[in-house]
Amino acid sequence: MGNEEAVFFSRVLTELTLSFHIIYATIGVGIPLMIMIAQWVGIKKNDEHYILLARRWARGFVITVAVGVVTGTAIGLQLSLLWPNFMELAGNVIALPLFMETFAFFFEAIFLGIYLYTWDRFENQKKHLLLLIPVAIGASFSAVFITIVNAFMNAPQGFDLVNGELININPLLAMFNPAMPTKVAHVVVTAYMTSAFVLASIAAFRLLKGSNHEYHKKALFLTMKLGLIFSIATAIIGDFSGKYLAEYQPEKLAAAEWHFETEENAPLIMYGILDDGEVKYAIKIPYGLSVLAHSNPFAEVQGLNDFPEDEIPPLYIHYLFDLMVTIGVGLTALSALYVFAVGRKWSFVHTKWFRWLLVSTGPLAMLAIEAGWWLAEVGRQPWILRKIMRVEDAATTSGQVDLMLVLFAGLYLILGVGSVVVLRRMFKRNPVEQEIEDRRKEQDGEVQ
Amino acid sequence: MTLEIIGITVLWIFLFGYLIVASIDFGAGFFNAYNTLTRRDHILTNIIERYLSPVWEVTNVFLVFFFVGIIGFFPKTAFYYGTTLLVPASIAIILLAIRGSYYAFAMYGSYGHKGYTFMYGIAGLFIPASLSIVLTISEGGFISMVNDHPVLDYWKLFTSPLTWSIVVLSITALLYISAVFLTWYANKAGDTSATELLRKYSLLWALPTIITAGGIIFELRGHNPEHYARILDLWWVFGLSFLLFVGTVWLIWKRRSYGLAFGLLTGQFALAFFGYGFSHAPYLLYPYLTIYDSFTNEAMAISLIVAFVAGLGLLLPSLYLLLRLFLFNKDYVRGNKDFHA
Repeated sequence: MGNEEAVFFSRVLTELTLSFHIIYATIGVGIPLMIMIAQWVGIKKNDEHYILLARRWARGFVITVAVGVVTGTAIGLQLSLLWPNFMELAGNVIALPLFMETFAFFFEAIFLGIYLYTWDRFENQKKHLLLLIPVAIGASFSAVFITIVNAFMNAPQGFDLVNGELININPLLAMFNPAMPTKVAHVVVTAYMTSAFVLASIAAFRLLKGSNHEYHKKALFLTMKLGLIFSIATAIIGDFSGKYLAEYQPEKLAAAEWHFETEENAPLIMYGILDDGEVKYAIKIPYGLSVLAHSNPFAEVQGLNDFPEDEIPPLYIHYLFDLMVTIGVGLTALSALYVFAVGRKWSFVHTKWFRWLLVSTGPLAMLAIEAGWWLAEVGRQPWILRKIMRVEDAATTSGQVDLMLVLFAGLYLILGVGSVVVLRRMFKRNPVEQEIEDRRKEQDGEVQ
Repeated sequence: MTLEIIGITVLWIFLFGYLIVASIDFGAGFFNAYNTLTRRDHILTNIIERYLSPVWEVTNVFLVFFFVGIIGFFPKTAFYYGTTLLVPASIAIILLAIRGSYYAFAMYGSYGHKGYTFMYGIAGLFIPASLSIVLTISEGGFISMVNDHPVLDYWKLFTSPLTWSIVVLSITALLYISAVFLTWYANKAGDTSATELLRKYSLLWALPTIITAGGIIFELRGHNPEHYARILDLWWVFGLSFLLFVGTVWLIWKRRSYGLAFGLLTGQFALAFFGYGFSHAPYLLYPYLTIYDSFTNEAMAISLIVAFVAGLGLLLPSLYLLLRLFLFNKDYVRGNKDFHA
C-alpha cells in the first residue's frame, strides 16, 4: 500500500470511529444530568413518577455508556495507531488534558457503578442522588478535556517550533487556547440539548404508541423544557463561535459561508448550491455575515481570496453548516412553541402530527451533532494541527489500515445493532405501567 | 529519582493494576464459560456476576490510563509502537469492545445465551494474548527501520518461541490470579461448592504459571542477553517472588486464610512485574527507544505528575468507597441484598 492509501484509509477509519462514538459520547455526557434533574424533581415534588423516570433512564444509560466506553477506548488508541507522527508531536504539548480525561472518566466509572447498585439502599433518597453528582461531573469534564485537545488542533499555542524542535512548552497555555472557550461550551451544551431531545423523542413515541400514562406526559414536558433551555444556550454560544472563527480561523468561516472575496458589509449566504464556482438558489441576508463575524453590519470579513489555494478547506462544509444551524434553530422554535402551547393549554400539542414532530427532535439533534463535527473536522483541512502539521504528514506508514477499516466497520455494526436491540427489549419486557404497579404492590406490603 | 523514573513507575503501577483486575475479570469469564459447557454453571455464575457487575467499567480505565499516560510521558512511543502495533492493538480493541459491551448487554439487558457466554470466555483469553505481544516486541529483534520508519516483522514474531511463551504465560497467569481471587471471594460469600471448585482451579494453574515464567527467563538468555544479565543481577527479587508463590499455594492447599493467599499472590506478581520492568529499563524498545531519549519536556512532565497526584487524591477515596460497598460488604457479597437500578 502506498502512503497515500494509508492516509486515505486512516482518515476514513478515524471519521467512522468518531462518527459512531459521538452518538454514544453525546448521550453519555448529557444523560447523567437529565437523570439528576429528574431524580431531584421527584424528591422535591415527592412524585414517584420522576424518581422512576430517573431509574429507567439510568438503566438504559448503562447500555449506551458501555458502547461509549469501548468506542472511546478505540479512538483513544487509534489516535496513536493511525496518527503516530501527530501524537508524537501533540504528546509533547497537549498530553495534559488527555491524561486528565482518563481521571474524569475513572471518577465517573466508579460512581456510576456505585449509583447503579445502590437504588433503595439509602433511607434518604437525597443521599443516593448525591452519588450521581460525580457521575455527571465526570461525564461533562471528560467532554471538556477531550474538546480542549480538539480546540488545540484548531488553534495550537503554548510552544515554539524552531528548526523542527519544540521549545518553550507551556502545557497550560496550550490548554487554554483561543478556540477552547467557545468549543468546549458548544460541545457540552449541545450534548445536554441533544440528550434532552432524545429523551423527549422516546416519551413522545410512547404517547403515540398508545400509552397515555401520566408518566410519559411528565417526561415529555420536562425534557422539552430542558431542550428549550439548552437550545437557547446553544444559539448564544454558536454566535460566539462565529466570532471566534472570524478572528482566529477566518479560512474556515469563509469556506463554510462561501465568502469568496474579502469585503465590508458582507452578506450571509444561506443554502444554495455551488455550480462551477457560482452560488445558485441561495438566500442572501444583507450584512448577515458581518454581523455574525464582528457584531457590526459594516465590518470587513476576510474572504477565501486572502488564503493560499492549498490551505482552503473543501467548500462542501457549507452544506454541513446549513444543516447544523437549520436543525438548531428549528428545534429551538419547536420546543419554544411546545412549552408555550402547553402553558396556554392549546390542544394541538396533543395531536398525532405534532407528536410525530416531537419524535423527530432526538434524531434531528443527533444529526446536527454529526454535521457539526464533520464541519469542525473537515473545516480544519488540510491541517491536523493548524499551520503546523498537515494531515498527510501525520498518518501511519503501516500497510494494513484498509483491513482494519473493514474490521472496525463490522464492530460498529454489531455494537450499533446490539445496543438498539437490547434497549428495545429491556423496556418492552418491563413497561412502565407494569413497574408502577409492581412498586405500588411492594409498598403496600403485598410482595416482599 | 529523575522525572523519567517517576513517569515510568507511575505507568508501570497502573499497568500492574490492570494486570490484576483484568486477569480476575478475564479468568472469571473463562471459568464461567467452561462450567456452562460442562453444565455446572449454577456453581459459579452468581459469584462471578456479583463481583463483576459494579467494577467491569473500572477495569478498562486502567488500560486507557496506561496508554494515554505513556504517550504523555514518552511521546516517541507513539511513533515506534503506534506504527508497528496497528494490527495486534486493533484486534485487542475489537475483542475488548465486543467483550465489554456484551457484558453490559447481558447483565443489564438480560440478553444472553450459551454461545455468547462461550465467546465471552474465549475473548477473555485472546485479549491478554494479543496485548502481551507488546512485551515480546519490546525485547527487540522484531522491528527494523525501513526508510526511517519502523516495520514489524510478523513472520519472525510468530515463529519465535519467546512470543508463544509470553502468550502462554499471560493465559496461565491470568487463570491462576483469577482462581485465587475468586476462591477468596466465594469463601467470603459462604458458598462452599464454589470455593472448592475454584480452589481446585487455583492449584491446577499454579504450576503451569511458574513453569512458563521460568521458561521465559531462560529464553531471554538467547534472545536478549543484555536483559537476561540484568535479570540475573536482580535474582533476589525473583527469588522472593517465588517464595511468595510457594506461600500462596501452601495456604490454598491447606484451605487456610484465602485472603492472605491472595495478598501473597499480589506480592508475588508485583515483585516479578517490577523486577521485570526494572531489568528492562532504561529500554522501552530494544535497542531504539529508552525512557531518556523518548521523554517529554520538563514542563509537561511536571504538569502530568501534578495532575496525577491531584487525580489520585480524588481516585483513591472513590476506589475505597467502591470496594467497601461491594467487595467488602457482607450483605452484598452474600447476595442478601440487591439494589440494582
